[in-house]
Amino acid sequence: MTILQMRGRARAGASGHLWGASRLTYAALAATAVLSVFPIYWMFVVATRSSDAMGQVPPPVTPGGNFPANLDRLLGNADAHFMTGMLNSAIVAGAVTVSVVFFSSLAGFAFAKLRFRGRNALLLVIIATMMVPTQLGVIPLYMLMSELNWNDHLQAVIIPFLVTGFGVFMMRQYASQAVSNELIEAARIDGCSTLRIYWNVVLPALRPAAAVLGLLTFMTTWNDFLWPYAVLNDPENPTVQLSLRALSNGYYQDMSQIFTGTAIATLPLLLVFIVFGRQIIGGIMEGAVKA
Amino acid sequence: MSLHLEVGPPREGSRAGSGPARQHGRPDRSPRAWLSRFDLLLSPYFYIAPFFVLFAIFGAYPLGYTLWVSLHDWDLLAEEQPFVGLDNYTRLLGDADFWNSVVNTLGIFALSTVPQLLLALWLAHLLNRRLRARTLFRMGVLIPNITSTAAVAIVFGQLFSREFGMINWLLDLVGVDGIDWKASKLTAWIAVSTMVDWRWTGYNALIFLAAMQAIPRDLYEAAAIDGARQARQFWSITVPLLKPTIIFCVIVSTIGGLQLFTEPLLFNSGTNPIRGGPMRESQTMTMYMFENAFAPNFNFGYGSAVAWMLFALIVVVALINVLIIRRLGNDPGGRQ
Repeated sequence: MTILQMRGRARAGASGHLWGASRLTYAALAATAVLSVFPIYWMFVVATRSSDAMGQVPPPVTPGGNFPANLDRLLGNADAHFMTGMLNSAIVAGAVTVSVVFFSSLAGFAFAKLRFRGRNALLLVIIATMMVPTQLGVIPLYMLMSELNWNDHLQAVIIPFLVTGFGVFMMRQYASQAVSNELIEAARIDGCSTLRIYWNVVLPALRPAAAVLGLLTFMTTWNDFLWPYAVLNDPENPTVQLSLRALSNGYYQDMSQIFTGTAIATLPLLLVFIVFGRQIIGGIMEGAVKA
Repeated sequence: MSLHLEVGPPREGSRAGSGPARQHGRPDRSPRAWLSRFDLLLSPYFYIAPFFVLFAIFGAYPLGYTLWVSLHDWDLLAEEQPFVGLDNYTRLLGDADFWNSVVNTLGIFALSTVPQLLLALWLAHLLNRRLRARTLFRMGVLIPNITSTAAVAIVFGQLFSREFGMINWLLDLVGVDGIDWKASKLTAWIAVSTMVDWRWTGYNALIFLAAMQAIPRDLYEAAAIDGARQARQFWSITVPLLKPTIIFCVIVSTIGGLQLFTEPLLFNSGTNPIRGGPMRESQTMTMYMFENAFAPNFNFGYGSAVAWMLFALIVVVALINVLIIRRLGNDPGGRQ
């Protein structure tokens, strides 16, 4: 049982004081949900139709049976390198996620539970870095990558993102409430080194927050566009977002093929969201109250 | 919580886990005691070091070095990069295309952020009720946020297309002639803003909702006893207490919104994308930075000057926004 879930229970118990929901509330929320879901749904509709479906009046709103043919054209597209893109994105997002979760939880544990000089000042620095628009440093970063000969290689979009200020802060907040000091002291008396305490005591307790951080990191990395666009100029070695861009940038636009690409590129995140939506929402809201 | 401490085989590096370092309270000069003191006093710095090292190399250094590059005539292909002082900045101030990108950036920012945050506030207010299928509705508003900006821009680019776009078809149903959304500034701004709003409104709504749930219920009960209706409660209790969160969201939206890049770039796919359309209808400042620093111009110095102007603009706009919100928020409180 996580603190997150317990809070949810407490809130549900107190909901007797909440304002009731009228039919109008439900209608407005349902309309919002439809507007939110429709573009995604429509993406899948077009992905299963033939190209001339785009010209139909009224536009089609139900799936068709043309998905295999669209997929064939997509995979055969010489500009998009779609499979390479999917594979690259999986590698990049996977590597960044594992690393962010490991280093963020390690640093978060240090900030929450270890005593060292300058702790609070350094934590403030981390919070401040979250407000710095580092994206504006893209030109020297590009020069640095050229210097290292990393241009067009995946490490250029992996290494700079191996640990984030957001991750450290989030894990610090969670660790300070989810791990008891007594437990750490007990482990120390038993002769555990700090690293052993992290691995055997702290990390298991951080698992719920680490999972949410991992999900959020994976999504952000999978969806990232600007930096890969700047540094991965070799069209044969794209991330999936760059494949989508290459698909949509042609002079002749085969919409059902392009939408097949966007649909497949969105599908992994959609599945993750359907399975772990509750945890992701909890993580976002929990982070908001702290910030 | 019952966590049994099992000392298994060390899974980490041998330095830390080679065996329990025993302390008996007496100063001990053995290597093992030294190790344990090191572990207590210094090891925390090693745990937090990765972030600072990475941020220094790939975050702070490039951003600072941008300023240095912007003071040079730094052409990718040239042999030398002569120092030119503020030359790039003076050129920028007289560059009509640059000012066009500033106007576009601010226009799209205003068109997207204001409705987005107001809508988010209203949505959060709706979600903060006794609801059936609570999680389902929350997932419903958040789902746009999981789609990539590239996918959003492609799908909305199609929805807004002149010939076969669904939005023009809907407009046609109510008797409005089809609009060529890419053809004029205002319509292009609206289209791009719609993409941004679709992706971010629900996310902000959840942030507001979290803050609303942290407001103590007795405040509302007291207000209800005093005869305050729901609308009055919302404006006199909810909004003022949400002020820190609203300021947070405004700052985050400012930082993100003014750096807008992907949506307008892909919205203009096929029609000179990096210029934001044939007449630069929706070219933002980040796009102008890219146009100058990378293909086709490859002038790092000029592009870096754009980057620093954008940085300055972000700081100024964020400060102005915070001042406005502070003032707005104070009003209802003052009337009480």
